[in-house]
Amino acid sequence: MIHDDIPPPYSMVGRHGVFPHASHDERARFNFLANLNKHVAGSLGPGNKRAYDKRVRPAFVAAHGREPADRFEVRRAMNADPYHRLWSALKRNNMEMRQQNGRSIVLRQLADLNARAAVASGNGEGLELDPAITIPRYQRAVDTHCMPGSYFGEEVPNDVAAGANYDVGIFVTTGGGMGALSDGGGQAIARWARETRPDWTPRRILDIGVTVGHSALPMAQAYPEAQVVAIDTAAPVLRYGHARARSLGVDNIAFVQANAEDLSRYPDGHFDWVQTTMFLHETSGTALPRIMAEAARVLAPGGLMLHLEQPQYDDTMPLFEQFMRDWDAFNNNEPFWSAMHAFDMHAVLATAGLPRECQFEARLRAVVDETIFPPSIEGDAEDFGRAAVWHAYGAWKPA
Amino acid sequence: MTDIDWIARSGARAKGSRPKYFDDPAVDRLLSIVMALAGEVAVVKERLDTVERLLDARGTISRADIEAFEPTAAAGHDRGLMHREFAARILRGVQQDMESLETDESCVEEVSRQLRDS
Repeated sequence: MIHDDIPPPYSMVGRHGVFPHASHDERARFNFLANLNKHVAGSLGPGNKRAYDKRVRPAFVAAHGREPADRFEVRRAMNADPYHRLWSALKRNNMEMRQQNGRSIVLRQLADLNARAAVASGNGEGLELDPAITIPRYQRAVDTHCMPGSYFGEEVPNDVAAGANYDVGIFVTTGGGMGALSDGGGQAIARWARETRPDWTPRRILDIGVTVGHSALPMAQAYPEAQVVAIDTAAPVLRYGHARARSLGVDNIAFVQANAEDLSRYPDGHFDWVQTTMFLHETSGTALPRIMAEAARVLAPGGLMLHLEQPQYDDTMPLFEQFMRDWDAFNNNEPFWSAMHAFDMHAVLATAGLPRECQFEARLRAVVDETIFPPSIEGDAEDFGRAAVWHAYGAWKPA
Repeated sequence: MTDIDWIARSGARAKGSRPKYFDDPAVDRLLSIVMALAGEVAVVKERLDTVERLLDARGTISRADIEAFEPTAAAGHDRGLMHREFAARILRGVQQDMESLETDESCVEEVSRQLRDS
């Protein structure tokens, strides 16, 4: 069928007790942006490769007498190409328009949202905020995803705006590929764990970099007997995430403000499962090994460590693909993305104390209600690095 | 009511220097304006579609009906297709640039000269 990749209408996005109410025109704006994203990525994206093959690469070779040596040389050459410039500018504008629409939805009803969150959070059990936690430099350097204020900024003291804005607009970037509650990643993880170890019953689960809990909730729901501890350095997303979880009836998850570089509040071997989901690329070269070391320390013998990311760059990945996958690093304020995806994750895990022989890789794709939301197709390169298909790096800690 | 200027704050700038896509910064600004305007045209088109669907179904509309309207999956697909077609229409120039990368055409002036002499 022609254009069978039309996202479902925004009105079919799942709502919960603290989900912002979007007006007719606000929904329409997201509908347009979701389709514009699809068009720019799918219909116009292939022009980048054509421009590279036809003129950018030949001009580079003519000027330097050799092929580009790395993705950075490809990027610098492509950034001078008129087609790529316009395509990138369109994509950047899509992100900015998504942010403005999301923020206007949230901010015009912020007082109401804060009140609804307070009601949903009830007595606050399972929400532990710690004003002593400072926002790490890797979060302060730029506003991640071009979200004004990133995850941690507050419009009024103690608000939920950052979490609410993050939640309302994921539909646009993924065209509904994350499902009704934007939890297709978490559902994929839960399904993978059940299929991989059907009899495994983790008792304590640590989710690092939880933001609003899109991925942590399906884990908590899949293992209702387990206690999930979900940490983040940013209070606004934790407030929103806690209220969201409670309004969805998920009680076995605690949202804790903490920095994963220092998990000294937890003893060695405390958790049966330590999880990060599209988080490590938002840290830094110094923080990542510290986080991994702490994560490995608090992981119990026999326990599972799992990190969902995009595929790492290696020598088998063409430089042009690496360059395209780097787009968000330099155009959508995810500056560590590029360096992180060049790390040897197996070496990183080994250094953290999880030997190679206990490591594995897995491919996961979003689990969504495919009667409404589009399936994500592995190998579909139309939107490099954004499709809801992931590469998991993990290890079962030696018992 | 909220005590912040939500219109101003909605358009807040994200921290981190914005890439300069074009040699003349005015082109960056103008593209932002054009795309935002395109988005608002799309919003009006979807609203009009809602009005027409409500009138078809009931012969009458109210603001409350428009706000509450939720399309069926089929209607939602039609409206999505409308946005896709609109995007393709306004970005035709970009798409044709892309297609021109597949060709090695001479300029028409050259073709004209060739035809004169052949």
